[in-house]
Amino acid sequence: MTTLTFEEQLVEHRVYLMRFARLQLRNDAWAEDAVSETLLAALSKPQTFGNRSQLKTWLVGILKHKVIDLIRCHTREVSTPDSEADNEGDELDRLAFKTDGHFLEPPASWGDPHQTLQQRQFFEVLDACMERLPPALGRLFLMREWLELSSQEVCKELSLTPTNLYVQLHRARLRLQECLNIHWFGQRTP
Amino acid sequence: MLKLTLLRRTCKQAAALTIAREDRALKLNDVVALKLHMMACKACPEFENQVLTMRAAMGKWRNDSAVEDAKP
Repeated sequence: MTTLTFEEQLVEHRVYLMRFARLQLRNDAWAEDAVSETLLAALSKPQTFGNRSQLKTWLVGILKHKVIDLIRCHTREVSTPDSEADNEGDELDRLAFKTDGHFLEPPASWGDPHQTLQQRQFFEVLDACMERLPPALGRLFLMREWLELSSQEVCKELSLTPTNLYVQLHRARLRLQECLNIHWFGQRTP
Repeated sequence: MLKLTLLRRTCKQAAALTIAREDRALKLNDVVALKLHMMACKACPEFENQVLTMRAAMGKWRNDSAVEDAKP
């Protein structure tokens, strides 16, 4: 068993950090910056980390802070989902309901969640589906799901009203479910 | 007069509440109505299973126990 040097460990973690930074920021240059600053922070105190997983946890924690800083710096450039998109109509109509409020087609059965989450490929599809979200929507969704900011914090950072935030999150969740229906569960929604 | 409609939700309303619950606390009245709907409906529990699977998947994704560490 070989022990990786600190440098090798950082190189290895970099791939992983880039994946999250890219998904969250939707801007490769910003993602590079956030990750580089994170690695620099680690390099300034190499003796602090006992083992690989400690290092990784620490890196992710630092990366999240750097990413939030970047979102703040670029607030003006970071487009928020346009409110005109709200005129698209009811997002729930993607699910197709009858006029009496019943499902036109029953929702696909996703089976046992435990079994699904055992499969690495499922997460690859989930990643791809998140990438497919429009940038503003993806950013907002991951601010909740990855950065774990509260609704109030997301509203503040993106200058959104709570109602608008909920509409957008709702939309992101439904689109992801729809994407997984098609690309993983193999049931095309009508 | 007893207003049964107070606790009645259509599938569309139930689906909306199921998704909304991921991001905010529902009114107690809606919690009760949603539970009642789920007991009577066949389709909505499937939809709820999708939402709950997504919730669990995002939790696991966030902690990345699945994607990277599963590599040999």
